[in-house]
Amino acid sequence: MSHSSHQIERNSLAFAIEKNVDVHTQKCYQCGKCSAGCPVATEMDMPPSYVMRLLQTENQAHDENILQSQSIWLCISCEMCLSRCPMEIDIPSMMDFLRQRSIKQKMVNPKAKNIVAFHKSFLNTIKYTGRLYELGLIIDYKRRSLNMLQDITLAPKMISRGKLHFIPEMIKGTPQISGIFKKTSKKEV
Amino acid sequence: MKIGIYPGCSLNGSARDYNESVFAIAKVFDIELVQIPDWNCCGATAAHNLNKELSLALPARILALAEQNGLDEVLVPCAACYSRLVVTQHELKVEPEIKNRIKKVIELDYRGTTKILNVIEWLDKYIIPGIEEKLVLPFKHKVACYYGCLLVRPNKVLNYDRSEDPQTMDEVMRKIGADPIYFPYKTECCGAGFSVSRTDIVSKLSGKIIEDAEHRGAEFMIVACPMCHSNLDMRRPDINQYFKTKFTLPILFVTQALGLAVGLSPKEVGLQRHFVPVNIDS
Ligand code: SF4
Ligand code: SF4
Repeated sequence: MSHSSHQIERNSLAFAIEKNVDVHTQKCYQCGKCSAGCPVATEMDMPPSYVMRLLQTENQAHDENILQSQSIWLCISCEMCLSRCPMEIDIPSMMDFLRQRSIKQKMVNPKAKNIVAFHKSFLNTIKYTGRLYELGLIIDYKRRSLNMLQDITLAPKMISRGKLHFIPEMIKGTPQISGIFKKTSKKEV
Repeated sequence: MKIGIYPGCSLNGSARDYNESVFAIAKVFDIELVQIPDWNCCGATAAHNLNKELSLALPARILALAEQNGLDEVLVPCAACYSRLVVTQHELKVEPEIKNRIKKVIELDYRGTTKILNVIEWLDKYIIPGIEEKLVLPFKHKVACYYGCLLVRPNKVLNYDRSEDPQTMDEVMRKIGADPIYFPYKTECCGAGFSVSRTDIVSKLSGKIIEDAEHRGAEFMIVACPMCHSNLDMRRPDINQYFKTKFTLPILFVTQALGLAVGLSPKEVGLQRHFVPVNIDS
């Protein structure tokens, strides 16, 4: 589907976004509604509408700035931008793509390392048991992030309320889950 | 009557209060909730952030198992899991090519026929029609109904007619005697999956939501998502520290409020597991 006569530069990030997640960055007319409603815009180094504008320039330096930004990791996938965008531009899907590309190209912003570590710990836990094991997740995350003391008082309070299990639940289909992880791990983005 | 349930990981662990209240209500209304056998984690935020195909395959396995076990309707109380399952079902429906690929990945047949219900839809369909005769202790309180993100968005897929000011939870609460306040923060984000990796952001966003509800005179905030609950309840000490204040507003799952209204005890709906104390005196 073509929405404008402009031919996008084939090496640009905008082109990759269009090809992979069918988001057409040229449709953005910079109204700013996405950034106005984004709950984390004030924490971001570039709010969503600014990311859109940089993408439209199809400039390699700008593309790298985006992949190295904190913004793509601070996006919490709340979908507010998409629900308010007059052009129905799917920024959340685009952010998913940008995160995956950023990891692939080893461009992850150092300040986002805890967020990435948490996601990795999360997937690591379910890969081996099929279900999330919260205590295992916390331990794996502490190891990755080296935040040993964080939430040290929270765990006992969770335990006394019956909210933290000591033993992971293994599902019967654990081998299938590992198979799913294996088969989906080599995807190009 | 029998219907399927996908509890998801939170209800199995840190949100077991939610789980207890869902099952307790079902019992009162003679509904048998059958867990999808051998269900797995839906992949949550982590999967769609890091690996798109994985984020479709994990929910697809869950839905395939529901089909295999003849569970045509499945209740998904966690709003985050609900979102992953519905979005996956939608994506596989509109992209047959992806569907075929995912079927190979999960090595199971998948048709996409399961009717997925969020907790409000379930209450609406199976509980509210019979509520009048079971209502013994109307929940006569001012409440702020907090929907968060994932029950209402993406609105195109979920078909919420009022994504900025949804009313379905407010309606359910009215039916049990409550007085839902006007609450502009009802679909703002609580910080979602950043509870551990960016507690500061969760404290700020969740704190603003609580501040507004308290300011408008709510006695309780009502939620339908374990992630929202844990950010607003379990993270309260962090929130209070961030705002240098002492917010005391208790956070109830919609099923806990409803459970109390049909005569279940605070313990039967899991209130003793909360971090912010809940004092009910009606
Ligand atoms: S809301 Fe849509 S059109 Fe407006 S700036 Fe954001 S992406 Fe562009
Ligand atoms: S989905 Fe991401 S970019 Fe869009 S409003 Fe939410 S946090 Fe901001």
